[in-house]
Amino acid sequence: MYIVPKLEDFSASALDAAARDLKSALQSESAAIASEADWKVLRDRWMARKNGVLTLLNDQWLKAAPTPAKREVGQRVNEVKKIVEEQIDAALARVSSTVSASRLEQERVDITLPGNRRKLGIEHPLIRTMNEIVGVFKAMGYSVAEGPEVETDYYNFESLNFPPNHPARDTQDTLMIKGQQGKPLRERLLLRTHTSPVQIRAMEKQPPPIRIVVPGRVHRADTADATHSPIFHQVEGLAVDTNITFCDLKGTLDQAAKAMFGSSVRTRFYPSFFPFTEPSADMQISCFKCGGSGRLKGERCGMCKASGWIEILGSGMVDPNVYGFVDYDPKKYSGFAFGMGVERIAILKYGIDDIQLFYQGDVRFLRQFA
Amino acid sequence: MRISPTWLREFVALDVDNVRLAEDLTHAGIAVEGFIGEGDAVLFEMEITTNRVDAMNHYGVARECSAIYNLELQPIIPKLPKLIQPESFPIEILDPALCARYTARAIRDVRIEKAPRYIAERLLIEAHHGINNVADSTNYALMEMGHPTHAFDLDLLEGGKIVVRPAVHGEKLKTLDGIERQLHPGDLVIADAVKPVALAGIMGGWDTMITPNTRNILIESAWFDPATVRRTARRHSMHTDASHRFERGADWGATTLACDRVTELVLETAGGKLAGYNDAVARKVSHEPIQLERSELRRILGQEIPEPDVTRILRRLGFELTETRASSNGAPEEGVRLALLQPPDAYTVEIPSWRMDVEREIDVIEEVARVYGFNNFANTLPSFSGGVVELPHALPESKTRTRLLALGYDEAVSPTFISTDDAQRFSSSEAVALENPLSEEAPLLRNSLVPGMLNLLAWNFNREATDVRLFEMGNVFSMSSERVEQRKLACFAATGSVGEKGVQLPSRSTDFFDLKGDAEAILNTFEKQSLQFTTPASGYFHPGRSATVVLNGETVGELGQLHPDLAAERKFKQEVWIAQLDLDRLFAVPLREPRYQRLSRYPSVERDFSLLLDNHVSYERLRTAIEGLRIPELESIEPQELFRGAGVPEGKYSLLLHLVFQSSERTLRDDEVSGWSRQVIAAVQGLGGSLRG
Repeated sequence: MYIVPKLEDFSASALDAAARDLKSALQSESAAIASEADWKVLRDRWMARKNGVLTLLNDQWLKAAPTPAKREVGQRVNEVKKIVEEQIDAALARVSSTVSASRLEQERVDITLPGNRRKLGIEHPLIRTMNEIVGVFKAMGYSVAEGPEVETDYYNFESLNFPPNHPARDTQDTLMIKGQQGKPLRERLLLRTHTSPVQIRAMEKQPPPIRIVVPGRVHRADTADATHSPIFHQVEGLAVDTNITFCDLKGTLDQAAKAMFGSSVRTRFYPSFFPFTEPSADMQISCFKCGGSGRLKGERCGMCKASGWIEILGSGMVDPNVYGFVDYDPKKYSGFAFGMGVERIAILKYGIDDIQLFYQGDVRFLRQFA
Repeated sequence: MRISPTWLREFVALDVDNVRLAEDLTHAGIAVEGFIGEGDAVLFEMEITTNRVDAMNHYGVARECSAIYNLELQPIIPKLPKLIQPESFPIEILDPALCARYTARAIRDVRIEKAPRYIAERLLIEAHHGINNVADSTNYALMEMGHPTHAFDLDLLEGGKIVVRPAVHGEKLKTLDGIERQLHPGDLVIADAVKPVALAGIMGGWDTMITPNTRNILIESAWFDPATVRRTARRHSMHTDASHRFERGADWGATTLACDRVTELVLETAGGKLAGYNDAVARKVSHEPIQLERSELRRILGQEIPEPDVTRILRRLGFELTETRASSNGAPEEGVRLALLQPPDAYTVEIPSWRMDVEREIDVIEEVARVYGFNNFANTLPSFSGGVVELPHALPESKTRTRLLALGYDEAVSPTFISTDDAQRFSSSEAVALENPLSEEAPLLRNSLVPGMLNLLAWNFNREATDVRLFEMGNVFSMSSERVEQRKLACFAATGSVGEKGVQLPSRSTDFFDLKGDAEAILNTFEKQSLQFTTPASGYFHPGRSATVVLNGETVGELGQLHPDLAAERKFKQEVWIAQLDLDRLFAVPLREPRYQRLSRYPSVERDFSLLLDNHVSYERLRTAIEGLRIPELESIEPQELFRGAGVPEGKYSLLLHLVFQSSERTLRDDEVSGWSRQVIAAVQGLGGSLRG
């Protein structure tokens, strides 16, 4: 253990010798430590303000030196101080690296155990699909519009060119609100059978140009089973402006289909019938499972029933009669509308075999969509 | 409906195979949904849209083929012997609006027996097994050319005449299906001089039907008003091949042809001789010619269709075209001749009687487009003016949903319909009832999301899933002065343990404060001046563990534990925590705008107070009392430990309160903080509390 000697001789050679002694003592002491605790002891011994070696050097060498030698001794003490500080720092670096290696070993965890999961909620596949579809059209410049789920006969049928007593109404299996018989037909309330009434509401509110996409819940008097549900969801779209053509309808929906199902998907259109569009067209996409070949690994493709095509949506050019209900000039404006079933698309996309799963809140089902 | 391609080929000389034919028809809007059988016997299962009643028969589909492939269509020309001594057979049509035309033929001395094979086989296409040669002849003609006809036993028609009239109150008619029907004055009937003998356009009468004893018959081929047929059919819950066609508009021009065709088949299969004929025309049913502008074709379709295609398609479909050109007043001869080389500007289009669905220019445009082929049009994108506008509630809705997901609630979608009991129990609003509910158990539209949520939880409990967190955002409905009011709500429910389980994680059951914290996390998204949780909440909650949520002075929801009685009723074996927020009200509050405050450069001072308080002193009162001191440097108040039991007197609780003081302008002095601490203690004492020893 190094003890600061009292100096009698303040000559250069004597100071050299004393410094040499101190340095060798420092070296051997710092070499001897093995832990951070040891190091703290070492540090305090050499550097503590009270009775540390450096403090003592100050007292016993510098203060004790005769005035003429003070300058020389001061320099020496400063040099030594610097060396001590360096050596103590170096000692810490040495012990802390060796000590932490062993401590880290003790602190080792089994990294193969599962992480502490924070439970995150899962988007419902229907809402997720609906939002995806809406997102595609928003990116194409469509604004979202919404409308009431309980509608009047006027908005759900009449203004969409379903005249009273028309057989086209039969296809809609309407759920009626009770106690409406006393009212004129057009004011009678019902659960909307499609999101199309929002087209009328939107056109009533604003003149062309109009571009809207309408997500929403609709109802029909269908008995629930694996493929039917009285509740389902639709996304509707409408674009009206000057110079909107059937070619534009095709191009827009082709682009949307590629955004929804992948850029390699092809589309085709064939005539259909909706009272509120004319011409009306159903759109099919090439099967995204078998690529349109109808066969999958030598087997019949179940997705498209081997046809290579899947029906996705209905569409058409807005019927001029509809414009009559909203005061648009059919000679000046034209446009298209389209609508698709969200359940159907989600069922196709995820291969779901029972539509009822959507409405049961079964967490075993929902968690598959994490 | 089914179509035999072999039969089609009798009308058009098709040179495509059946698979290709089915595809081409489908692409022209005459959808072949599937094949039945194979080879020459293959049948097409058709899905004809309701507007195309003209294509619900073989001849109509053949006409489509003729347009698609530009082939000649063989006409149907019945060959009948000359009527030598016509008997008079009067037909009276009382209301021309309801029956526009009634054509009839009388045939005497028929032999009623089984129809020959060539007829029976064709009826099998629709799986009809045949009745007798006369009835089968009418059905054959229906499948062939689509016009419904009916045959009466002439000898059973009294008074020697046919009257087409509305039914008289109290009249009855037993129809061919053996059902005796009470007629309504709105029903249109065919009657003889005495009694109704058929429900017009729907079904014949039992008493005048063809039997093996029938010798003389009357064949009816008429045109009835679609709406009248539809109303009558609905009223009697009937739907027949005939009503299906009349409702959609039959071919006014085809009554004589259909009558003759059935007559020809009867003479062929049942013998007999022509005895009488009457074609009573009450009014003509036709559409005015339509002006089709070529520029309109282009404006709607977006692409030029070659002139020869336009005329070929329309003519093959039976439309007659006259070209019209813009008159060039005083133009020299030369100019006229040159103009003739150009396509016309427009056509005057005569509509065939079988196309009741074609009334306007756009209908003609559709005819051209569909036969031309939708897939022969280019895909283009429209140019648009105008920008995208977000719905005002889009952002708050998306934030609320994202927070609920982040808080660990799975999203659910529950049915719209609830029971009467649930509607009364979970909401005070008047529920909206359905006229024709799908089930008697759920005849109402939901007026709360809670019952639906409880059903979803029950579903999970019954499947051994006990740790469940679900939310739903959806509309509820209520009746308010004859109007249906729709509100958007969010409901979220938590039950079972909090968070995920794991070797590192202690498991703990969900409690009130978990639910409250989640509600606070959602409400914190909004600009909040005040947020209070008050009592009482609705009766379906546990009275001691529920609260009404008041944001900025307005009630925005409720939360708490489902009342144990209701839980027991539903056989829930665990506590269920449920919250419902009124999103319409919540979204009226603006979203919270983040505000920056400079961070203090001076240290904060923390003080802990161990307090003893009476049970009736709520934390809210304590906090309000301390905040009431208005110490600007009081940075935060936080309850840290709450304890009742050993060491704490009965009726009291001990609370460790953690206060932080800080100034943004200076370092706080010890004596200042001590002064505030004394004020805090005095406030506590004011509530009857004390500092614990």
